[in-house]
Amino acid sequence: MDKAATPRLPKAATRETKPRKTVRRLSEHVIEIISDSGEGAQRCGQSLGAIAARMGNGVWTVEIIPAEIRPPARSVAGASGNRIRIGAGRVTNGGNESDLVVAFNEQVLLGRVQARELKPDCRILLESMWREDRDPRVAASYKETYDRLVAAGYRVTEIPMERECHKLVSDSRRGKNMFALGLLCSLYSLDLGLARDQIAITFGKKAESVIRTNVLLLEAGYAWAEENLDFKFEIPATRSDRPQIVVNGNTALALGTIASGIEICAMYPITPATSASHYLSEAFARVGGVVHQAEDEIAACAFAIGASYAGKCALTITSGPGYSLKQEAIGLAVMAEIPLVVVNVQRGGPSTGQPTKVEQGDLLTTIFGSHGDAPKVVIAPSTIEECFYAVITARKIAETFNMVVVILSDANLSSSQQPFPRPVFQESWLAPPLDQSPVPEGAKPYEWDPETGLAERLIPGRPGGMHTVTGLAHDTASHVAYDPDINHQGLRARSLKLASLQRTLKPPPLFGDPTGDLLVIGWGSTRGAIEEAVAAMRENGYRVSSMHLTFLQPMPPGIKEAMAGFKKVVTIEGNWSDDPNDAMIDESNRRLSALAMLLRARYLVDIECWTEVKGQPIKPNTIRRVLMEKLQEVGKP
Amino acid sequence: MTTGATECLLQLYSDRHELEDYQKGVPRWCPGCGDNAILAAVQRLCRDEGLRPEKTVFVSGIGCSSRLPHYMRTYGFHGIHGRALPLAEGVRMSRPDLDVFVNMGDGDCCSIGAAHWIHAIRYNMNMTVMLHDNQIYGLTKKQASPTSPIGLRSNTTPGGAVLEALNPLTVTLGVQNASFVAQAVDWIPDVLYQIVSAAFHHRGFSFIRIVQRCPEWLPKMMDPWLQDPSRVLMLDHEDGIRLGPDLARVYKNQEKHDPSNIHRAREIASTLDPIPVGVLFRNDSVPCYEDLRHDDRLRTAELIGKGLDAEFDKFTVWPEGREA
Repeated sequence: MDKAATPRLPKAATRETKPRKTVRRLSEHVIEIISDSGEGAQRCGQSLGAIAARMGNGVWTVEIIPAEIRPPARSVAGASGNRIRIGAGRVTNGGNESDLVVAFNEQVLLGRVQARELKPDCRILLESMWREDRDPRVAASYKETYDRLVAAGYRVTEIPMERECHKLVSDSRRGKNMFALGLLCSLYSLDLGLARDQIAITFGKKAESVIRTNVLLLEAGYAWAEENLDFKFEIPATRSDRPQIVVNGNTALALGTIASGIEICAMYPITPATSASHYLSEAFARVGGVVHQAEDEIAACAFAIGASYAGKCALTITSGPGYSLKQEAIGLAVMAEIPLVVVNVQRGGPSTGQPTKVEQGDLLTTIFGSHGDAPKVVIAPSTIEECFYAVITARKIAETFNMVVVILSDANLSSSQQPFPRPVFQESWLAPPLDQSPVPEGAKPYEWDPETGLAERLIPGRPGGMHTVTGLAHDTASHVAYDPDINHQGLRARSLKLASLQRTLKPPPLFGDPTGDLLVIGWGSTRGAIEEAVAAMRENGYRVSSMHLTFLQPMPPGIKEAMAGFKKVVTIEGNWSDDPNDAMIDESNRRLSALAMLLRARYLVDIECWTEVKGQPIKPNTIRRVLMEKLQEVGKP
Repeated sequence: MTTGATECLLQLYSDRHELEDYQKGVPRWCPGCGDNAILAAVQRLCRDEGLRPEKTVFVSGIGCSSRLPHYMRTYGFHGIHGRALPLAEGVRMSRPDLDVFVNMGDGDCCSIGAAHWIHAIRYNMNMTVMLHDNQIYGLTKKQASPTSPIGLRSNTTPGGAVLEALNPLTVTLGVQNASFVAQAVDWIPDVLYQIVSAAFHHRGFSFIRIVQRCPEWLPKMMDPWLQDPSRVLMLDHEDGIRLGPDLARVYKNQEKHDPSNIHRAREIASTLDPIPVGVLFRNDSVPCYEDLRHDDRLRTAELIGKGLDAEFDKFTVWPEGREA
């Protein structure tokens, strides 16, 4: 083990000729920076991701968030920080276990070890100050953990981060994160100039002296690593020839909201959706627009419906529990045919569940939710880029079909960052101006087209179009109707709109060959991990392909035909399905995953499912293992 | 050939609306229901103010009261139970050019929608809000409501309501930012009209509690007040409503109450018998939420495109290594 306290080369020698380190070229690495919350590991990790992206590397960053604002210091459950996957090529997901971890204390590190998030031979850069802690229990705990980790095969390097920072700043606890960033920039051969720029961007709102101090800390970390560490990596980068945007999914949703022309977002704070509204509140200042923080989720939804009704399609953004509360109001928008965009950034459920963790548990509730038959459109972005375009698409569909469109994001997309080509704004993304022209004599508010179910909405301000919309069953003139035929007519029209939309959709493309042994179907944020696993298996000669669905309601055409090319079809999802090996479970009672259920019901194909609900993004290696098992089943009679 | 003046006159004529222009269908409320009086008052207001039907929106929740928009030849939004206020706020935020009215029942406003009511007072958005308070659930057939008097026998309280009634006036006046609070009774139509009119002219959240009779479920409940005019306390003031000589002769129990006096307003609000009628409180200086959030800029494609680009700049990695 390299012990930083006793560097191998004499000081004099290092100053003149730097130790010649062999730089190992890597195709990718997964790096974690973890600390107690409030110590800045998240900022360090985000900066590292941004610098690597600026270098031209593929990047995916994932936040490691404790559920509490201030969990006790040095606690196993308190790990806060960031995981950054840096690759030579495009990176589409958080990847597998970590290759290198920077930890500010041994307890948060233990948390990650216990969560099995580290590779067996993971390198660990550990703050060594605890070894000399005045509290003998802390020192003992540190030494014991250190010895255990080393014995377990982890390659631990102790680094006196606090002591080194103390040479530059008085409150070294707060500067350590930039020192760590310097360490990592050296370790991964990242451009120090870009790192300095990044600090200027990160602390842009603060005083010049703050930036200067942080740059000093960065440089100190860099120098320390150059001098004292005997390993160094390089992940080759290729700069894109197009400008790239580096944002997380929630920021992308907010940018998409602006690009869509939506000017009212009504919300109520809820994890993990709220950061989208934070950013939108700030960005709306540039273009005009209101983020209305309502008194509750129901009011937020009703407010958005009111704004949409009056002519400007609005957005409400929430997560699972908030979505449940909005359900009745969503039904009203469906019944009255008022366009509405609802974003549900899914988290673990049911009830309060796992607020900061990823899950794909809300697919069925969004498709079938609200009482009665309430057809609405459900789309699920699968990349950060799709989060941006999803809002533009959603608003367009909502206004064209006078429907509710639900965007299903999740806690994986919401806080992960991935570069994507900078969009070029198009005027056609915006809604047309308010139509305030007089309504032709005799026109009615619900003149449902018998074929498509569509009707032209008459918004307030149009002379001659006066009518009262209602959540009650109504006829074409919006008169309350109890006639059974009229009720049927309304239900038919609202349902037909989905079919009309479906006719415009293209078959989803296949990743891999159109025929083979196994087809994997997924939706939402699992795309990157599924495709990575499938690509790896295909390289090894396995006949596996995958298909990812963006439209979940209505489903695009061509799915049945695609499935017909494979011996077996399996969905991979982040929601619950019973384990067929459990003693109580058999074919007659097994509860299947959401998408598998939907596909089986529609296509009468014996679709398998595999799901995981551990609150973490599903790893590519896990998917590979599952697919290998499924392939073996294909061989069986 | 018409002259310019004639054209103007013709335009004025076509913009002028009669009562019938605001009336639609035959209300399906019970004979003697107080909702009819409220409907008549708002239709008269629309005519007298010359409101353009296409620029007027009545928003309601669910219940007998909330059928009102269906009987108006204006735009209307018959929403869901308890949520009339947030729906109306959305309308108002998105379209400040529209006149917004809200009609709710006591179950609607004071029970299932109580949270929205409190916050709507805080927002103080410009709308005329009518609480049709008949102290009973009507459409669902006689259940006690939050404003039902203690002891009231109903289908859910066969032994009599056990709780004291909620007082919508004291609640409203207890909320910071309240800007207009009035009370009317359905059986004095002239005063009801004056109060609706004063509420309409107040810029802000104009809250009127209208004590109304339910001839179906509580046919005799208000009789003692109808039969004894002294059990009505008329609030007469130049900044509130003025009693004509005829009414003044009947309703002798009067108080000169200045609506700017919130302390006296709160005392009056606490009076259950006699029933106070008139404008209890008015403060024209409370800002409206939609004004506070208003942005003067025209949201042109150019503005949005430029703004978006400026935001993109914050997150862009340029091909040449440095920000362009």
